[in-house]
Amino acid sequence: MAATETFYDVIRRQGITRRSFTKFCSLTAASLGFGPAGAKAMEQALETKERVPVIWMHGLECTCCSESFIRSAHPLVKDVVLSMISLDYDDTIMAAAGKQAEAILEETKQKYKGKYILAVEGNPPLNEDGMFCIDGGKPFVEKLKWMAEDAMAIIAWGACASWGCVQAAKPNPTQATPIDKVIKDKPIIKVPGCPPIAEVMTGVVTFITTFGRLPELDRQGRPQMFYSQRIHDKCYRRPHFDAGQFVEEWDDEGARKGYCLYKMGCKGPTTYNACSTVRWNGGVSFPIQSGHGCIGCSEDGFWDKGSFYDRLTTINQFGIEANADQIGRTAAGVVGAGIVAHAAITAVKRVTTKREKTDA
Amino acid sequence: MSYSETKAADAHGEQAIDRKSVYVYEAPVRIWHWVNALAILTLALTGYFIGSPLPSVPGEASANFLMGYIRFTHFAAGQILAIFLILRVYWAFVGNKHARQIFYVPFWSGRYWSEWLHEVKWYTFLARQPKKYVGHNPLAQFTMFFMVTLPLFFMVITGFALYSEGTGRDSWEYKLFGWVFSIFPNSQDIHTLHHLGMWVILTFVMVHIYVAVREDIMSRQSIISSMISGERLFKDEEDD
Repeated sequence: MAATETFYDVIRRQGITRRSFTKFCSLTAASLGFGPAGAKAMEQALETKERVPVIWMHGLECTCCSESFIRSAHPLVKDVVLSMISLDYDDTIMAAAGKQAEAILEETKQKYKGKYILAVEGNPPLNEDGMFCIDGGKPFVEKLKWMAEDAMAIIAWGACASWGCVQAAKPNPTQATPIDKVIKDKPIIKVPGCPPIAEVMTGVVTFITTFGRLPELDRQGRPQMFYSQRIHDKCYRRPHFDAGQFVEEWDDEGARKGYCLYKMGCKGPTTYNACSTVRWNGGVSFPIQSGHGCIGCSEDGFWDKGSFYDRLTTINQFGIEANADQIGRTAAGVVGAGIVAHAAITAVKRVTTKREKTDA
Repeated sequence: MSYSETKAADAHGEQAIDRKSVYVYEAPVRIWHWVNALAILTLALTGYFIGSPLPSVPGEASANFLMGYIRFTHFAAGQILAIFLILRVYWAFVGNKHARQIFYVPFWSGRYWSEWLHEVKWYTFLARQPKKYVGHNPLAQFTMFFMVTLPLFFMVITGFALYSEGTGRDSWEYKLFGWVFSIFPNSQDIHTLHHLGMWVILTFVMVHIYVAVREDIMSRQSIISSMISGERLFKDEEDD
C-alpha cells in the first residue's frame, strides 16, 4: 500500500529529479508567501511525511470544481498533487467502479481513522430523506455523514459545499444544504467559488499535506491566505474607481479604456476571492480583465441576491422587486407628499379655527 | 409640573411678559444635535454618491481622485458621527433627564401611551390642542428612538463593518465589528441594509424638520430656538 511511502518516494518514483523537486518546493513556498525558510521546511516535510489519503466525494454538483482542479498550473496537478496526496477515492475520475470502489471507502475509514481528508464537491439534499441524490444505492447525505465520522478534516469545495449555490437557490426544492450545516463536529475548510481557482484548491491541499494542519481560517471558515481580501482590493482597475472613472455602458469609451465596472454592477467590492491576484488558467486573465464585472460567485447565496448587474440586493418583501434605493426614494417621496398635504390641512384648519374664534 | 419658573423682567424688576421657560437641552446635547445634523447631511450626500457615482471624470486615472475624496469625506464624517454618538451616550448617563429621553421608550407606562395617543390625535387634526411637554412629546420620543437612535447605532455598526473590508482582517475595525459578517456572510446584504438605513434617517429628517417648524408655530412651546439656547419657552400659562 502506498501509505508507507513518503511524498518524496512517490515523486522520485515518478521520474522527477531532485532538482525539479527542489524547484517545486521553492515555487510553492513563494506562491504561498512563506519565504526561503518555508521552502526548506516543505522539502523536509515531503521527504519524511506519509502521504495524506484523500477521499473526494460528489454530491449535488456540476463537477466544475474537479474541472478547475485538474487545470492547476502551479503546482501542476498531474505531476505533483496527485502524487502528493493519495487520492484514494474520486468516483468521477478513478478507474475502480461499483463494489470495488465502495470497498475503498470502507478500507480508508478503518485504516486511516482520523487521518484522512474528506474533500466534498457539491452538497447533500435533505428533503425526502435525501432521495434527490443517491450515490452507491444510498442517499448521499448518509454517505457523507458516514465518511465524515472518521475524517481529520473536511474540505468543502466550491460554492455548493460552502454556501449551497444554484441548487440551494430559492425555492430550493430539494433542500440542498451546505456541508457545515450537516456536519457540525469536524473542522471544515470552505473553498468557495463557482468553481474555486485551481491554484487556490491545490494551494489548500498543499498546505494541509505539508504542514499536517489546517490553514488559518476566517470567520466564515475560508482560508485566510486566499479569501481575506476582496477582488476590489487588488483589482488592477481600482485606480479608475478611486479616480471616479466608470464604464457606463458595455460598449462605451470607458469600456474600451478599461475603466472600473462598478456601475455595471461589478461585485468585486463585496466578493472575497483571489481572482484579481492569482487569476485563472495559469494567470491568463479573470472576468474583470475580460471586461465583465465580477458576479460574486464565491459569496453566500449569490444566486439569490438579484441581478448580477446590480450592486444592491433585491428586496422581495414588498411584493414587487425593488432595491434599497428604489424603496427609500419611494418612501421619501410618499413622506414628502404627506408633509405637503399635512401642512396644507394645518393651514386651512388654522384659518377656519381663527374665523370660528372671531365669529364667537 | 415641577419645573422652575423664570420670568423675564423689565427695568423696574417687575415682570413684563409673563412667560415661563425651562432649561431643557444642555450644551452637550445641543452641540451633538448640530454636529450630528451636519454629519448626517454629509454622510447621506457622500454615501449616495458612493452607491451611485457621478458621471466619469475625463483624463488620466493618476490625475483624478474624485471617488477617493468622496469616500474619504464619508469615512471622516462617519468617524465624527460615531465619536459624538459615544459622547452622547455618556451624556445620557451624566446629563439631565431630558438627555436620556431618546434612548428608551417607556412602553410600560400607561400614561405614556395615552399621551402618545393624544399626540397622534393632534397630528391627525382630531385633538384641538396639543399638550405641553418640557422635553420631547411622547410621539416624538417614540419616533426618535426608532428612527434616529436605533438607526444611528445600526449605521455606525454596519458602517464600521463595511469600512473594515478595506482596512483588512487585522484592523481594529474588523476585530470590533467583524461579527456583523457572521450574521450577514455576504457583505452585499450589509451594503443594502446600510442604504435602507440612510433612507430611514432621511425620512426622519424630513418629518423632523417639518414638525419642528410646524410645532414652533402651532404648539404651546418653543421648539427650534430651544435647540440653540437650550431654553424651552411656554407661550401660555394654562395648566395641562
